[in-house]
Amino acid sequence: MAQDLPRISANVVIPKPLLQQVFDNLRASDFSLIGPTVREGAVVLDEISRLEDLPLGWMAEQAPGRYRLKQTGHQEYFFYGVGPDSWKKFLHVPQLKLFSVEKTDGKWVFKPNQDAIPPRAFIGVRACDLSAIGVHDRVFLSGEFQDPHYMRRRERIFILAANCGRAYSTCFCTSMKTGPKVTGGFDLALTELPNAFVIEVGSEMGSEMLRDVSWEPATAFDLGRAAQSVQNAEREIERQLSTDDLPKMLYDNLEHPRWDDVAARCLSCGNCTQVCPTCFCVTVEDTCDLKATVAERTRIWDSCYVQEFSHVHGGNIRPTIRSRYRQWLTHKLASWIDQFGTSGCVGCGRCITWCPVGIDLTEEVKAIREKVQR
Amino acid sequence: MSLAPTPIESHMMPDAMLPDPATIEDIQPEAEGISTFSLVFSDPARASTFHFRPGQFNMLYLPGFGEVAISISSNPSLPRVVGHTIRYAGSVTRALGRLKVGDMLGVRGPYGSAWPLEKALGKNLVIVAGGIGLAPLRPALYAILRRREDFGRVVLLCGARTPADLLYTDEYAHWQAGGIELHITVDLADENWKGLVGVVPALFYRIRVDPKQTLVMTCGPEIMMRFVIYEALARRIPKESIFLSMERNMKCAIGFCGHCQFGPTFICKDGPVLTFAAIEPFFGKEDF
Repeated sequence: MAQDLPRISANVVIPKPLLQQVFDNLRASDFSLIGPTVREGAVVLDEISRLEDLPLGWMAEQAPGRYRLKQTGHQEYFFYGVGPDSWKKFLHVPQLKLFSVEKTDGKWVFKPNQDAIPPRAFIGVRACDLSAIGVHDRVFLSGEFQDPHYMRRRERIFILAANCGRAYSTCFCTSMKTGPKVTGGFDLALTELPNAFVIEVGSEMGSEMLRDVSWEPATAFDLGRAAQSVQNAEREIERQLSTDDLPKMLYDNLEHPRWDDVAARCLSCGNCTQVCPTCFCVTVEDTCDLKATVAERTRIWDSCYVQEFSHVHGGNIRPTIRSRYRQWLTHKLASWIDQFGTSGCVGCGRCITWCPVGIDLTEEVKAIREKVQR
Repeated sequence: MSLAPTPIESHMMPDAMLPDPATIEDIQPEAEGISTFSLVFSDPARASTFHFRPGQFNMLYLPGFGEVAISISSNPSLPRVVGHTIRYAGSVTRALGRLKVGDMLGVRGPYGSAWPLEKALGKNLVIVAGGIGLAPLRPALYAILRRREDFGRVVLLCGARTPADLLYTDEYAHWQAGGIELHITVDLADENWKGLVGVVPALFYRIRVDPKQTLVMTCGPEIMMRFVIYEALARRIPKESIFLSMERNMKCAIGFCGHCQFGPTFICKDGPVLTFAAIEPFFGKEDF
């Protein structure tokens, strides 16, 4: 017998295996599913179709410069933390053809890229990563100019968020006030219990995807357990970044000796900018055929750690690692706020985990704060 | 603050990264390795509706080579033909230098902030240009000459490395006749040079300024602008009255590529024309 659909903001409980029915509903509505799955020793985000594709029981040991995935045998699908991928690679894609141009009868004819974008369902979006999408919405959609390529991807996603039930040593979402619980902007949000998912309905579309899933309204007991799960994660978070007056503190300390100290360790590899869910800098590449009658422009992710990034005729504006690390950190934590009204950091900790030499921005900020020059 | 994603409405959005084709109508050599390219948009509607404010720039795109930000250097009252004074400095500008009249390229723009001409009405202006820095100031000179009586005293302090590097020298007489006071200097003279020798900021010593009534507009090498600011501040001109045009690497001109950031400022959309007051904490910081 057909069951009514839950209303928006309702909480329902489903046995874990029934999440497959949600997946099937999404696929039947033409969404391709993107979610966490284990590949080459890491949980990455890729196309999935079945519950078995999720990283059941996998947990990552994370520390500055360290990520080791371990099978724990636990019965949780979403306890893996965050991996090197973020949703950025699907919304602000690493490589994008901007347009092609062809010389016809001596004239250049421009052809915009209007590739069809498939609707996608993001499975297991963390609170920090959902905030990162919100940050990118500000960057790409809220200003004088909008990025139509971001827009076309962004408007076609379904978000199944996952509240965190545990935290990792590099997490600091509580400092950035982005998690561990999602607070909005999702279609469905699940909290994982040992034998069930508590699911909060965030949109009509979300509710629709619970069709034929035999759900029960969440009881006070279920909600209590869900809240406890999030509290567990919150309690586990040890890392902190004090945001008090942070932009001014950094601006006032642009000549702090700590920049030299971190420059001696930083390899300027750009890993942090690649794994960061909000770093958005790009460059363009131009290609053409041998007769120079057909050309293409491609936008690719760039990094402020690349020396050429600041090249102007006559040299580079930021020739030293000191100046490039300072650019990254002051942009992320200070000038981002001036530019977009929000910090560029969501506290996911990826830049700490994936830094090959284990540089930890929270430690760098602490060191500057402890010995402020002004 | 947890930032909830913005609800999105689907609608057609213009693609700001897509250039419009334009034809080179004229190439005017200005100095060694510097020419002014006059462009006309191929689409008559685009050509007839294009307009710009002095100080703004366009992105010029050469298929297969790339794109480069170039200040508009022509008369803002005649925007159908858009002038760009280009120094052949990098791979794209050198490739542009090989083009001929009648060739086509892609243009996006205009972008960026403008010189504060409205704010300067009734005031005195000290315009300070070094080398090709005169190019983005030339549209301002056109605009001033058009309504010269609306401004007070207008002084142009201008210089280049050598006499051969001075731009728009044919127009000096016209500017002077229009009521612009000219002081020209070169870093290095040749045997025919009868004018001043020395750096541009030193020209401040040849004029007297009323600090409360004067606006400074400057464009040139950053080191020159640093000393222009120094001289202006020494004459008690407030930092809010000092305007400079900054240059940084740009890939998009619309605030998305991140390359042109200067502290909180995107040079492409908040600049290129900025008050010294707005960038003082960062200006002149080593490698910033």
